Amino acid sequence: MTETNHSCFHCGLPVPKGSHYHVEILGEDREMCCPGCEAVASAIVEGGLTDFYKHRTQNSTTPTTTVPEILDELTLYDRPELQRSFVTGDDSEIKQAALILEGIVCAACVWLNERHVGGLPGVIDFSVNYATHRAQLKWDNSQIHLSDILKEITAIGYVAHPFDPGRQEQIYKKERGQALKRLAVAGFGAMQVMMLAVALYAGEAEGMKESMKQFFRWISLLIALPVILYSARPFFTSALGDLKRKRLGMDVPVSLAIGGAFLASIYATVTNSGEVYFDSVTMFTFFLLSGRFLEMGARQRAGQAAEELVKLLPAMATRLTADGEEVIPVTDLQHGDRIRVRPGDSIPADGRVLSGQSSVDESLLTGESLPVAKLVGAGVTAGTVNVESPLEISVEKIGEETVLAAIRRLLDRAQSEKPAIALLADKVAGYFVGALLLVALGVGSYWYLYNPDQAFWIVLSVLVVTCPCALSLATPAAMTAATGSLTRLGVLTTRGHAMETLAQTSHMLFDKTGTLTTGQLTLAKVETFTELDEQQCLMIAAALEQVSEHPVGRLLAAQVEKPQPVSDIVATPGQGISGTVNGVAYRIGRTAYALQGSEYTHELDHAHSHAVLATAEGKPLAEFQLSDALRPDAVEAVRQLKQAGLKLAILSGDQPAVVKRVAVELGIDTYQSGLSPEGKLAAIKALQSQGAVVSMVGDGVNDAPVLAGAEVSVAMGSGTQLAQASADMVLLSGQLTHLSEALKVATKARLIVRQNLGWAIGYNLVALPLAAAGYIAPWMAAIGMSASSLLVVLNALRLNQYGRNEKK
Amino acid sequence: MEILYLLIPLGLVIFAIAIWAFVWAVKSGQFDDMEGPAHRILMDDDDPRIPGKKTDPGLKDRDG
Repeated sequence: MTETNHSCFHCGLPVPKGSHYHVEILGEDREMCCPGCEAVASAIVEGGLTDFYKHRTQNSTTPTTTVPEILDELTLYDRPELQRSFVTGDDSEIKQAALILEGIVCAACVWLNERHVGGLPGVIDFSVNYATHRAQLKWDNSQIHLSDILKEITAIGYVAHPFDPGRQEQIYKKERGQALKRLAVAGFGAMQVMMLAVALYAGEAEGMKESMKQFFRWISLLIALPVILYSARPFFTSALGDLKRKRLGMDVPVSLAIGGAFLASIYATVTNSGEVYFDSVTMFTFFLLSGRFLEMGARQRAGQAAEELVKLLPAMATRLTADGEEVIPVTDLQHGDRIRVRPGDSIPADGRVLSGQSSVDESLLTGESLPVAKLVGAGVTAGTVNVESPLEISVEKIGEETVLAAIRRLLDRAQSEKPAIALLADKVAGYFVGALLLVALGVGSYWYLYNPDQAFWIVLSVLVVTCPCALSLATPAAMTAATGSLTRLGVLTTRGHAMETLAQTSHMLFDKTGTLTTGQLTLAKVETFTELDEQQCLMIAAALEQVSEHPVGRLLAAQVEKPQPVSDIVATPGQGISGTVNGVAYRIGRTAYALQGSEYTHELDHAHSHAVLATAEGKPLAEFQLSDALRPDAVEAVRQLKQAGLKLAILSGDQPAVVKRVAVELGIDTYQSGLSPEGKLAAIKALQSQGAVVSMVGDGVNDAPVLAGAEVSVAMGSGTQLAQASADMVLLSGQLTHLSEALKVATKARLIVRQNLGWAIGYNLVALPLAAAGYIAPWMAAIGMSASSLLVVLNALRLNQYGRNEKK
Repeated sequence: MEILYLLIPLGLVIFAIAIWAFVWAVKSGQFDDMEGPAHRILMDDDDPRIPGKKTDPGLKDRDG
């Protein structure tokens, strides 16, 4: 195997030996791995943007082909009929479009793009959103064309897809803006009212003039009005919805407390009698809103995965007609059209192969990194990428009928569904509210019979004291703080219950490919069958594979500095390559292809997942065994999780020998191999029936049912979107060690929730009888309620420290 | 203490202005990207070769 000590300065990939690509950056000559990186780095240097390399915190992505014909295709984006779907401002020459940028890995990328594109003549405005990787472009069509701008973005190594921001994006933005405004009104309002309330309480002790008190109350009322009518509206609408469906959710007591206390305070202000609770009402609204805002942020971020799917579809398709080829927008495709898909292009619609043979990268659907061979008659899916040679496809399903659209709908649904545990919490809250209302009614009717004057104020005290503020803040406050810490670590929590259940986990199960391993192939072993040694065999393999587009071929070709010349080369897509090197005919590829039917009884070492056979004149020459490398931090992560007392196991669909190798390397004792998705689910169910609480970590579509079946599911950030949609948590950082960190935070969060609940319940148990007996004046109830809410929130904030420490 | 009758309504006006300013900030997209601007400040854009940027001639040949 070739040792490579050098990595590409631009993208960080190893530089193949003898490569001659280099660019002078920051005063030194830097090695590049490929002409793509070289071109991009030169473009960046020539643009005077070398500071990019000083400030970036991660390596750039390897630029995809800058083949001239693909660049030419960008000019199609200038056509008005195609621009219709994503460009606004048709009347004038000033146009606007939204782009999804691929390849943004750090803030320096944003700077690079904005400087480079923003400096082009004719570009009026170009701003990139780092969080969402979206860009807004405004340009003068009389000076520059959209295709030129897209070409410039390609030149510095990024890929831009115009997209129609109409759908989800707009809704998200509106939702976020509205939530922020509500939060601001509640926050500012709470601060103002609190200030006045302190003055009122102090005035009570010091003897404030009645007229001044009344003035303060009216001002408080004025400030609280927008808080209740605007900020707290979501609680009221949701509570009304609950009541219409005849169930009692958590929003019902919340609305009752807010509404009741507010109305009572208005009554007290107008009639100049009793106490006001504007401070408690506004503060309570603010706390609850902040919790919901953070929750919404996490949900939206997960939801953007669905939007990313749009960019998988190409904008143009090449249609074959009687007169030849024509390029049309994908939206104009009809059933039964014949289209041609070149290698490297995405397939625009679901269909069937009419002619040609190639292999197709279906990692979108399967998470499998190796392309799948497609022969005439095979079905292909929109959004997958043709790898090796041109295919002619008859279109069978378009637009919303495609598998891709179905996945997107599934994603949308998975994200909007409420998990079972959250529903249970709602149900419990329902009983709580029911009981509370009964108590208040009982107390009210008792006092109405014995002392009608006092009845109203005592019932109010009971309602305020038992107002489930602390109780309803106890869990969300802790969860919000913990979710925030985890997000800083790169662990995204998409479902509310995940944190709580993660703390109870007894078994953690892993998928293998893409989860414990990187999913990228490396050459593990070369087995030779003739007098030629490994290096000589590699030379021959590299010579044959030098033109290959297949990932395995490219891997083999990269092992050798300078491939030997080869003649009579014939590539059979999905099978292998044959050719003549130094007068000897060789074949390399799948076992059956390479042997051409001759006998071969070599026992394969199955510990490696893939093998390629090379033959010379029909006789076996060498076998190249490829394996999937472990993630660099997998061993450490397993050690930490074991230390935390979890039982670990691997559930894999792979062959036993491969799974065993991985398990032994990691020190995981339990593993099952050769499992179908149903088999994995059955394995989980078996564990669950023994009382285990199971967490599953996976990445592929084949893991989706298992992820849904486990109590807590974690998807890898690099995995398929479907897996992420059915998961409770997404490991955005891709660092397995963050799992144990997440476990620590979850355990701590559970402890804090228990403390909070204990406090809230204890407080209610003491205060309720006192209030019912009439010993607690409403103002005492209000202070007690505010103080206990505050205590609960402060306790929860202790969870915030976690992500911070990590970041240092 | 009668001054409070003036000061508190004045506070109310400031409260209204603060809310208006915040709503403006939300509408103009100040909260759209919470991560990028923190990094953006660190980048120099005074390289004379950056197209379309007016630069101080004294800062030439700074990179490298």
